[in-house]
Amino acid sequence: MSEKGSFENSLKRLEEIVNKMEQGDLPLEEALACFEEGVKAAAGCQKLLREAELKIESLRLDNGGELVKEPFTDSSVDG
Amino acid sequence: MSQPPVLSVTGLVSLLKETVEDNFVRVIVEGEISNLARPASGHLYFSLKDDRAQIRGVMFKPATRLMKFSPENGMRTICKGMVTIYQQRGELQVVVDAIEPVGTGSLQLAFEQLKEKLKSEGLFDEERKRPIPASPRKVGIVTSATGAAIHDMLQVLKRRGVGVEVCLWPTKVQGEQAAGEIAAAISGLNRHSDVDLLIVGRGGGSIEDLWAFNEEVVARAIADSAIPVVSAVGHEIDFTIADFVADLRAATPTAAAEMICRNRVELETHVDRLSMQLGERLEARLGLMRERFDGLRRRLVSPRHQIEMRGQLLAEFSTRLQGSMAHFLERRSTAVGSLALRLDTLSPLKTLERGYAIAMRGDGKVVYDSADLDLGDTLQLRFSRGGAMVKIEEKM
Repeated sequence: MSEKGSFENSLKRLEEIVNKMEQGDLPLEEALACFEEGVKAAAGCQKLLREAELKIESLRLDNGGELVKEPFTDSSVDG
Repeated sequence: MSQPPVLSVTGLVSLLKETVEDNFVRVIVEGEISNLARPASGHLYFSLKDDRAQIRGVMFKPATRLMKFSPENGMRTICKGMVTIYQQRGELQVVVDAIEPVGTGSLQLAFEQLKEKLKSEGLFDEERKRPIPASPRKVGIVTSATGAAIHDMLQVLKRRGVGVEVCLWPTKVQGEQAAGEIAAAISGLNRHSDVDLLIVGRGGGSIEDLWAFNEEVVARAIADSAIPVVSAVGHEIDFTIADFVADLRAATPTAAAEMICRNRVELETHVDRLSMQLGERLEARLGLMRERFDGLRRRLVSPRHQIEMRGQLLAEFSTRLQGSMAHFLERRSTAVGSLALRLDTLSPLKTLERGYAIAMRGDGKVVYDSADLDLGDTLQLRFSRGGAMVKIEEKM
């Protein structure tokens, strides 16, 4: 669950950093630290965007009301 | 003429009831609904009337459940049922088991009625709409596992190479159980999964095929969902109640999947732009610093240079000093020469040269007054050249 919204958080952080650096009154050390953090956040965002794989599973409740997860394959899609 | 037999009221009414029921097994009657009453029992009581006549009507609770729309006063209807007599009151009435509106179809009417009802409850209000996550990581899909919708959506995601986790909660999407299953799937995904977006839909079809998405239970489930819901039902022209309640309406399941992909591409561009901006900002920041530094550096004069400059100055001064000292000395020596000359003219030796003599006593004192002298004193006379010792013989 901790991963949930991590993209949104990284993106938000990246936007904050770019805005902060735009202000220009940042001490140089801080600007460099910001840049470094920004590069990391950007790389994280790109990784999450580009390296995510399409995964499909099927959910249902069994008779006891328990959640059942099964892999789902749409043969016509794979073909 | 024989008298008819005396009947009890019950007997009469029973006879009438039998006669009516035997002759009118099933009737279909067109009329306007009025005096509609909905008591807590769930049965419907009303009058059916036209210009010149009216008759009591009743619809029992089980039959009302099968009805999609809800009858209203003034509505023109065709009612199907049996004519009977309500014995306790001796009233003729139609026990109705189906009501169809005249003019619009019953499904259309039901649609309009539910739409109006939910709208008045504020379920379609823009303020209720939850924001759709720009990049859903995990998407819950409520549709048939074998229908066109899931196939179309997966194909789009696959073709566009967009990585996302899909949790399909398969349901029937038409028929009696469909609405209940769809509603249960929406709440199920809310309770049992961590998806950040729901897509609820099916492929296109007739109004009957799409009907589950016009059911109140589905509308309520969408409204109650904590997860944002995109409706994706049928062809572009079909609007369902689900479309109005959903946070976003996609015209088709394919469109819903395209939306996720488009957002993903936009996001990638956004991230790329941000990371470029990051570089530019730092470059600008460094440029600014460099400019300031260069400015300061220009203003910062090296001490060596200063020393050299001062050295030069010093050398120059020293040369000038030497020069002026020589000059000074020269001037002074000239002055001394002329003073010596002047001194020379004032010298007593010159006076002596003119024939004067200086008289000095034995103690070396110059004599200015003869009164200082005694007879017999010895005086020393000094001439221009040489001297002589003399004795005072007489004072004058």
